[in-house]
Amino acid sequence: MKKILLLLVVLSAQSFSGCREHAAPVVVVNFWALGREGEVVRQLVPEFERTHPGIKVKVQQIPWSAAHEKLLTSFAGRVMPDVFQLGNTWLPEFVALKAIHPLGEQVSRSNDLPLNDFYSGIVDSNRVESGLYGIPWYVDTRVLFYRKDLLTQAGFNRPPATWEEWMDMMEHVKRLDSARYALLIPMNEWQLPVILGLQLGAHLLKDNNSRGDFESPEFRRAFRFYREIFRRELAPALAESQIANLYQEFANSYFSMFITGPWNIGEFRHRLPAWLQERWATAPMPAPIAGIAGLSLAGGASLALSAASKNKAEAWQWIEFLSRSEQQAAFYRLSGDLPVRRSAWQDEILAADDKAAAFREQLEAVVSLPRIPEWERIASRLVIALERAIREGASDDEVLSELDRDVDLILEKRRWLLEHRP
Amino acid sequence: MTRVSARFAWCKRRFGAGFWFALPALSLIALFFFVPVLTALALSFTDFDIYVLGDFSTLRFVGFGNYIRIMHDPLFWLALRNTFYFVLIGGSLSVVFSLAVALLVNHGLVRARGLFRTLLFLPVVTTLVAVAVVWRYLYHQRYGAFNWLLEQFGMDPIDWLGDIHWAMPAIILMAVWKNFGFNMIIFIAGLQSIPERLYEAARLDGAGSWAQFRYITLPLLFPTFLFVGVITMIGYFQLFAEPYLMTQGGPSNHTLSLGLLMFNEGFRWWNMGYASALAFVLFIIILMVTLIQAGVGKIVRTRP
Repeated sequence: MKKILLLLVVLSAQSFSGCREHAAPVVVVNFWALGREGEVVRQLVPEFERTHPGIKVKVQQIPWSAAHEKLLTSFAGRVMPDVFQLGNTWLPEFVALKAIHPLGEQVSRSNDLPLNDFYSGIVDSNRVESGLYGIPWYVDTRVLFYRKDLLTQAGFNRPPATWEEWMDMMEHVKRLDSARYALLIPMNEWQLPVILGLQLGAHLLKDNNSRGDFESPEFRRAFRFYREIFRRELAPALAESQIANLYQEFANSYFSMFITGPWNIGEFRHRLPAWLQERWATAPMPAPIAGIAGLSLAGGASLALSAASKNKAEAWQWIEFLSRSEQQAAFYRLSGDLPVRRSAWQDEILAADDKAAAFREQLEAVVSLPRIPEWERIASRLVIALERAIREGASDDEVLSELDRDVDLILEKRRWLLEHRP
Repeated sequence: MTRVSARFAWCKRRFGAGFWFALPALSLIALFFFVPVLTALALSFTDFDIYVLGDFSTLRFVGFGNYIRIMHDPLFWLALRNTFYFVLIGGSLSVVFSLAVALLVNHGLVRARGLFRTLLFLPVVTTLVAVAVVWRYLYHQRYGAFNWLLEQFGMDPIDWLGDIHWAMPAIILMAVWKNFGFNMIIFIAGLQSIPERLYEAARLDGAGSWAQFRYITLPLLFPTFLFVGVITMIGYFQLFAEPYLMTQGGPSNHTLSLGLLMFNEGFRWWNMGYASALAFVLFIIILMVTLIQAGVGKIVRTRP
């Protein structure tokens, strides 16, 4: 008898709780975030769930190195999350797959997302064929990191503003000690020659991004400048994996300038010895000629809404929440990732950070890469071309015409699509 | 009812009991081997890529287009060269080394043979990922054990995985260490099947240990050799996980293997058509080399 009573109590309690759940259904938004961002973004979830009763956010962290393959495979297997983070250079690929829901309508209806508060170059990098597909989450661009003390020793009291000054400074720094170098350019990185080309107005691709344009006079000039740095031995011909400890080498004055992104502000602070902290600084990219801003790349990560999501309305609320100015500032404090909204830069810690100031200035002068799905492949071919030129000494003509030919092959399908499916 | 039993009788007559026992295994092989292989063959004549994944109607039949492109792809030739380097140097080293170890372990003077066999076989059963992580530390330019050893002998440190000349030897060294145990076991089995009386007779005739090895062990071990050679070659041609885990194909593609190139094309860039064509090219290469090996084996065996 007692047992039956107990059973009844348990059963009724269960049905009661079942009723309660029924009254306020909970929608779960699945969110995939990459690398360290996936770790720290969890700390923003409680605030969201408090202000949005009825929505739960489930964060899954994915390592950057496997992210691209994993997103593609999850699309092929139809198990995409509702919201996911992705590098903005991947966006065109996922748009071609029709994996991403366009967000233009949501943005124009939202009170929280005035697009003019976002850095425009970064927003542009999220547009594919005039549709907006991602909301930028944090920015990534490249600026010059340099040793103030070594530049002073070489006779300069400010960073270079033009290419000419830059080359001159590198020459002087090199003269301090010929066993050292002025600049570090990892050979497996395509970013610097591309930035130099974009600064001169090179388009990289032509005919509606369906053919390579690396033989254009603008890119040739940029390529010559890049090569010249190696020819004068101002930079060592090393790949990234060959540099055992970047931070130690920077501290040892092995090189005094380095072009890199915001993640290295934190790394430099953390890994460089204390005596060096006041002696390094950041500066926007030098420009080809005086009087204009030197452009850099509009990189970064975006938040995208999966086209297959069944909870688009709730998923959008999560994206909107993460894009708010105060959440952007909070996320900066958690991760060190630079915010995409100018208003978030008012955050007292960020506004007072002298090393971040160069990024703030640079972000007003960023351009995006060609927005086509094939870009990453084209970039991997560019790396091969750079190595052919620097390591094997192949001529500019040879390397660039080879590159254009390779790129034309990669873009064959795109040309066919443009012709047959306008 | 009678029709069914008549049909059953026909089946029984037509296919013996053996067929029905083999059927479950055969259907599994058909489903998970022949179907995918035939699909891949069909894919290799199309331009299945990222656009097709989004919209199937953009799929085009390209005939031998992928195969022609492969012949003009410098990365393919580079990967082919690297793979042959790995198979020729790594494969032969692996066979020679495992034979040497098998002879040692099998020697009459060695005690605790079972223990040695087990210990030497351990690398084979260890997960490759764990092995690769440990070896990456061993190869570390500053903190690695190999460079520490070099330093003890007053030699300059080597950037094992970052130097274009050392990266492939480093991969080979690790692969040989990881895989020799398997061949060693087969060689031991081969050695133990050689009758002791042959050696006794040779010793009576005054043959030294080299002569015994040259005129008894080697010829009688030949079938084992052939088997080990073919298996090793096929396995080594499929080089993928080692460079994927250790170098990602770098530095400057000097450890890019055909398997890794296939993976990059297929899963990194999602060019399934091109990747499938690469897979069949690799298959044909392996098939040809195996046939050559078997042919050489036949000639050697029938030699008077």
